[in-house]
Amino acid sequence: MRPNLYLWLLPLYPLAGFAINGTFGRRLPKSLVSLVALAFPAAALAQVLWIVEQVHKGLALPYLQRFATPWIAVTGFHANFSFLLDQLTLVMLLVVTGVGFVIHLYSVGYMAEEDGYWRFFSYMNLFLFFMLTLVLAANFLLLFVGWEGVGLVSYLLIGFYYKKDSAADAGKKAFIVNRVGDFGFLLAMFLLIAHFGSLSYHVIFSNIAAHPAMQGGVLTAIALLLLLGATGKSAQFPLYIWLPDAMEGPTPVSALIHAATMVTAGVYMIARAHVLFGRSPMALLTVAAVGTATAFFAATMGIVQTDIKRVLAYSTISQIGYMFLACGVAAYSMGIFHLMTHSFFKALLFLAAGSVIHALGGVQDMREMGGLRKKLPITFWSMTSAVFAISGLFPFAGFFSKDAILAATFQAGAGGKVLWFVGLVTAGLTSFYMFRLWYMTFFGEPRYKEPTGHHGSHGVHDSPWVMLVPLIILGVLSLVGGWVGWPAALGGGDWFGHFLDPVFGVRGAAVSVPANFTLERILSGVSMLVALLGWFAADWMYRRRPLPAGLGGAGRQPIYRLVWNKYWVDEIYGALVVGPVLALSRSLLQRGIEFGVIDGTNRAWTAIAGDASGGVRRMQSGNIRSYAGWLAAGSAALLLVVIYFAHLY
Amino acid sequence: MVVPIAWYLVLSAALFSLGVCGFLIKRNIITVFMSIELMLNGVNLAFIAFANRWHQVDGQIFVFFVMVVAAAEAAVGLAIIIAVFRSRNTLNVDQIDLMKL
Amino acid sequence: MHLALFIIFGLLCLGGALNLLLQRHPINSALSLIVVMSSLAVLYLLLGAEFLALAQIIVYSGAIMVLFVFVIMLLNVGQEQKTRGSRAAYLAGIPGVLALFGVLAATFLTLRTNFGDARLGAYIGTTSDIGRVLFRDLLLPFEVTSILILVAILGAVVLARKEQ
Repeated sequence: MRPNLYLWLLPLYPLAGFAINGTFGRRLPKSLVSLVALAFPAAALAQVLWIVEQVHKGLALPYLQRFATPWIAVTGFHANFSFLLDQLTLVMLLVVTGVGFVIHLYSVGYMAEEDGYWRFFSYMNLFLFFMLTLVLAANFLLLFVGWEGVGLVSYLLIGFYYKKDSAADAGKKAFIVNRVGDFGFLLAMFLLIAHFGSLSYHVIFSNIAAHPAMQGGVLTAIALLLLLGATGKSAQFPLYIWLPDAMEGPTPVSALIHAATMVTAGVYMIARAHVLFGRSPMALLTVAAVGTATAFFAATMGIVQTDIKRVLAYSTISQIGYMFLACGVAAYSMGIFHLMTHSFFKALLFLAAGSVIHALGGVQDMREMGGLRKKLPITFWSMTSAVFAISGLFPFAGFFSKDAILAATFQAGAGGKVLWFVGLVTAGLTSFYMFRLWYMTFFGEPRYKEPTGHHGSHGVHDSPWVMLVPLIILGVLSLVGGWVGWPAALGGGDWFGHFLDPVFGVRGAAVSVPANFTLERILSGVSMLVALLGWFAADWMYRRRPLPAGLGGAGRQPIYRLVWNKYWVDEIYGALVVGPVLALSRSLLQRGIEFGVIDGTNRAWTAIAGDASGGVRRMQSGNIRSYAGWLAAGSAALLLVVIYFAHLY
Repeated sequence: MVVPIAWYLVLSAALFSLGVCGFLIKRNIITVFMSIELMLNGVNLAFIAFANRWHQVDGQIFVFFVMVVAAAEAAVGLAIIIAVFRSRNTLNVDQIDLMKL
Repeated sequence: MHLALFIIFGLLCLGGALNLLLQRHPINSALSLIVVMSSLAVLYLLLGAEFLALAQIIVYSGAIMVLFVFVIMLLNVGQEQKTRGSRAAYLAGIPGVLALFGVLAATFLTLRTNFGDARLGAYIGTTSDIGRVLFRDLLLPFEVTSILILVAILGAVVLARKEQ
């Protein structure tokens, strides 16, 4: 008898937190708001850990829980509120609830002096609700509910400082660009319904598995459309433009939503639909190409950014490109592995950056930082752990995940070697800009002004413990988090990959055969070398002279200008897409329909009402004679009716 | 030569109509009042004509009561006109068009 | 004879009524109305209503119209001013009145035979007939009207009193 896991409760905990804080939070004391905001995610985390224990005790996966009342039940289409738990879901649940809770804890300290403290936490809890729905869904429709929901909350949180124009604009941009991706997702869902008659994972995937001859064609179309949706949500080319602007939101938001969870939803979705993607080699190639190109593209933009959060934003885009690359070469478990390790070190990077910003009283420009190593020790050491991890230095977490991806890519056919090479260069660039950030922020002569306000009275100091504990936790995870996937080539058991095998099927034999261990070791060595090269370059350029004098001269160089302006992609989109849409809106919709038709109808109705009543009003004149006149006319009419139409009765 | 009752009725209708006409056209409120009395008289004639037709006295009783009421109404109405004249200083119907005194 | 009397006094009635409309000074209208009342009294006599004919002269011409004349003289407004009248009264009223008269006259004349003829002396409603009905069958309404008149007197006195 399998126990009831109460999966449906998991999203409801944070929803309750959202409801309570959203309705009463304004009037509650801050301590109570924090308590509510932390208690419910903690409850979710506790239940997830209990589920892990159940699985460890031998609960059979996959585990499906469905509500008796169907959601949509019409002829030709059924959809249920059904929740699925398998190994992939378990990994995602741990990431979402674990990293989510840690970030909530951090936010209690970071947002302590903000207006709208209650609003922030209600939105964060709402986000957890939608993200958990997305992860637990057993059909595409429920996934889409979560998908849309996280997009909504992302908009709300990016525009949290709603009084700032730039924040509001960034929120809008995120939502609209997301919507373009969602359009692709919707079309994919329509095609799925048309072709399979259902959106349930089980129905679709077993249908595909039962027909080995089903290849390409419709499946390619569906896969490419799903990819479009994923690029929107995960900020890949061509829909990545919203993520750098999303840094307008508070730093914990950037950490949770735009590093660890929401942006990984696209990767999750592709991994979940791997059966479908597996039947379409062209779609897989597109995924890999998009991922690699974006990774390289974003890394080049990251090396010249001066805002600490923007560097991290481009870094996120780049790292998710790696995850897409992994999925593209059918190494799905590697992609998920990188998703997990990335959530650790990227969230840590953002939180540590937040700690620096908080300590300096709001400064985000790295040109105004420097020499903070001694002043913010715990921040410094945790950030170091994250920087080493993201650069892929052994034995930190990023080494194992990134390496696994690159190894799988190299062995994935002819184009694989090209992709591998681009990925390698990107790894070098990653290492370079991360160490550049590290040096500019923590080393060299202090370039910052002492912050004013309540911090200024005692100089720059490290953050309160409620912000430091999450940093320490994530710092440790950035070191040991990758050890669950220690590859066989280097003596480990690759526990993580084997854990996810039931979901993705056994991975290509080429990767795990001992004969290829030598190749893997060589590849690992090469990537480690490239990472060290990046460090060295950053050290040479930024340690000695924190603000290279050549920067002024470089400003005139065309390549530098190209990258500094982010390849003018925003401007191109503005001219090609936004401009024409706005013009059409203004001329046709606003002037034509809004003023002409709708307002015109309103004006016509008011004119009619006004004129009619004006005419009738003249009867009420107070003049006895006119009353008498109307009386006489009326009685005459009445008399006529009585005399001549009386026979009608 | 006999007179058909119908002629009496037509005369009554004519008097009534002339009364209504006066009620509508005249500008002096006392004249309007007098038109009302004219209307009542026209109706009285009709009643008496019918009393003659059916050889019953009931029509005449009706006229009796109409006369009584008309008298009471005339007395009170003229008192009101005097009161209105005292505050407005005009008897022109067109200028007495506000409820508030 | 009946016809001649009817025509003469009928025309007097109509003439007086028209004069009431056409005169500009209210006192002239009042005097024309007295003419109408008196002619009507004769017509009542022709129709056999002796008591009412006299009552018409005594009450209507002798009391009510005198009251009207007194008030006109008291208020002394003079001729009617030409004011900006109400057009609705003319536009809606006159055709209405004409229609009313037309309809009524048409109805009465087409049903002429149903109404029969009035012969002089064919029916006389004597005073004793009226008395019998008033004091026996309709005693209560009779007494009520006396109270009505009392109330009217009081009302007239109160309304017409000078403000103190």
